[in-house]
Amino acid sequence: MSDVSVDMSPSLAGVKMTAPLLEVEELKVEFRTRAGIAKAINGVSFEVNSGETLAILGESGCGKSVTAQAIMGILDTPPGYITGGQIRYRGVDLLKRTDEERRLVRANKIAMIFQDALSALNPVFTVGFQLAELFRKHRGMSRADGKKRAVELLDLVKIPAARQRVSDFPHQFSGGMRQRVMIAMSLALDPELLIADEPTTALDVTVQAQIMSLLAELQRERQMGMILITHDMGVVADVADRINIMYAGRIVEKAPVYDIYAKPSHPYTKALLESIPRVDLKGQQLNVIRGLPPNLTRIPAGCAFNPRCRYVRDACKVDPIPPLYEIKPGISSACHFWKEVRGDD
Amino acid sequence: MTDVVLETRDLVKYFPLTRGILLKKKIGDVKAVDGINIQLARGETLGVVGESGCGKSTLAKLLVGLEKPTSGSIVVRGKDISKLSGEATRKARRNIQLVMQDPYTSLNPRMTVGDIVAEPFQIHPDVAPKGAIRGRVQELIDLVGLNPDHINRYPHQFSGGQRQRIGIARALALKPEIILCDEPVSALDVSIQAQVMNLLDELQRELGLSYIFIAHDLSVVRHIADRVAVMYLGKIVEIGSDIQIYEQPTHPYTQALLSAVPVPDPTLRGHRDQIVLQGDVPSPANPPSGCRFRTRCWKAQEICATQEPLLEIRQKSAHPSACHFAEVRDVIHATQ
Repeated sequence: MSDVSVDMSPSLAGVKMTAPLLEVEELKVEFRTRAGIAKAINGVSFEVNSGETLAILGESGCGKSVTAQAIMGILDTPPGYITGGQIRYRGVDLLKRTDEERRLVRANKIAMIFQDALSALNPVFTVGFQLAELFRKHRGMSRADGKKRAVELLDLVKIPAARQRVSDFPHQFSGGMRQRVMIAMSLALDPELLIADEPTTALDVTVQAQIMSLLAELQRERQMGMILITHDMGVVADVADRINIMYAGRIVEKAPVYDIYAKPSHPYTKALLESIPRVDLKGQQLNVIRGLPPNLTRIPAGCAFNPRCRYVRDACKVDPIPPLYEIKPGISSACHFWKEVRGDD
Repeated sequence: MTDVVLETRDLVKYFPLTRGILLKKKIGDVKAVDGINIQLARGETLGVVGESGCGKSTLAKLLVGLEKPTSGSIVVRGKDISKLSGEATRKARRNIQLVMQDPYTSLNPRMTVGDIVAEPFQIHPDVAPKGAIRGRVQELIDLVGLNPDHINRYPHQFSGGQRQRIGIARALALKPEIILCDEPVSALDVSIQAQVMNLLDELQRELGLSYIFIAHDLSVVRHIADRVAVMYLGKIVEIGSDIQIYEQPTHPYTQALLSAVPVPDPTLRGHRDQIVLQGDVPSPANPPSGCRFRTRCWKAQEICATQEPLLEIRQKSAHPSACHFAEVRDVIHATQ
């Protein structure tokens, strides 16, 4: 659609197009609450390039959504504070830039899709108005032009009768259609990176399949980078190229998608895979991960997973925290005993 | 079937749609549950799957007596509980208890865990003598794998999975034969889901319970159910054993539903038989004529619009399937 918008897209000083699309390095985020300081992210590093899908997978409270919020610059401060690290878009550390410059990056370069489209859309404006607003604010278009673009976008995400639906309000759309509107909105300004935070969790399976195939298709066409944040190991298996598993604010395993399912290198990953029921297998007793994820104000010493781990030894219960050991290029695990977990000799 | 504990016959629930504030005029019905026949045997788990709006939660409410059916009957141990009144209803309900979806809102935040689990005994004082209640409550808390010393704690001091255990303890209090689980694990994280499902499994074996397990997650249902009913727009479209439904589905909707479930195995990516349905579920206030699935079905022909397919055993379907063109298609193992 948008040869025009590419030309008009404002640029950020210092950007090197040869640099990786997004690099997060040693990011640390904490929430200062009355109950104490909750360390939501404790040194997370990863990289995303154009055209690839990185999945960040973990249970609630592991810090996956906070990572997304920190990248977007929409972390609630207070109580959330970024206390260290860098977030580099094409070589530019966003955390050192002004609010004005970060605004420029949001939507233009990095866009986000939220889990709950009903609460992410404004209920008192038509979807057409909300889509057109992007073009008016960021591209200085007139109302009429903005609306035209809105119709094109709704068409792009395959909403039937886009011309009529553009003046409907969010509540007049079904859950799946609303998520399509969200996708349209995130793609409006041709971002290079799309962050999808649990994009299909609120949807039924048949609709989930529609939305995931739409996202995959759009990503392929536009060669966008995508960060898919989810807790669903099934969805990830279908779309991701690489996976980062998070636990208690750290990445505990990184691997390409095929390797992680075939041969997990961290006990947490392994246990997660064994605890999910599968539609294509009649399971016996599911393998349970005992206990609960830790309270982030009191993360255990050593490996945060040690109280729940089957492979636990004394070395796991004391600091230093296990670093991400590189097992092979592209595969790393934050477990002292990764060899045993993988069953390697 | 031997030893049927629960049976519904042509169970129907319509919610009236009205217009106007003072002079309410009825302008139609939302046909939430429209003629459901199910049988549940002792010790069996019947899974009910379907997408949101298919009527599965209304069915749950009907079965536990939170809604009155528009017509049809619910027979528990030979007695039609939907026609009872007063004291008799109260007694009958004892036998069928509910575990709710959201462990965060289904427990009263101002009551201690002990009081929550003891409440059924207060409503049904003839079940246990007053002096024995405390002991019974501790037993129940222990049974669901919580620490009986925590009886004086409040729900907010527990995690989601633990709260769901409290909900299960409350449901077990009156020694029911039937437990109705309405999406009992969908609000929980995967690692906790497995704990709760295993608990339900153990309790069933120990206590000989029958479950009706309502969920939208097909892999969860496969794990726990002996038989599965697939609902679409207020009707059961296919029912059978778990092997029949998951390995030999004959109704196009079941096939589409199964093919849409993501399988946690990247080697199958792009090789699975994926049926992506077009459009959304039609409104239950105005369901399509004939077969209700025909507006989204790739097999639909003229007969589907005029003649409603009955849920019956067909030439190419060994188990009841409500499709004129029922035919086995194994979608979850099919690879291209």
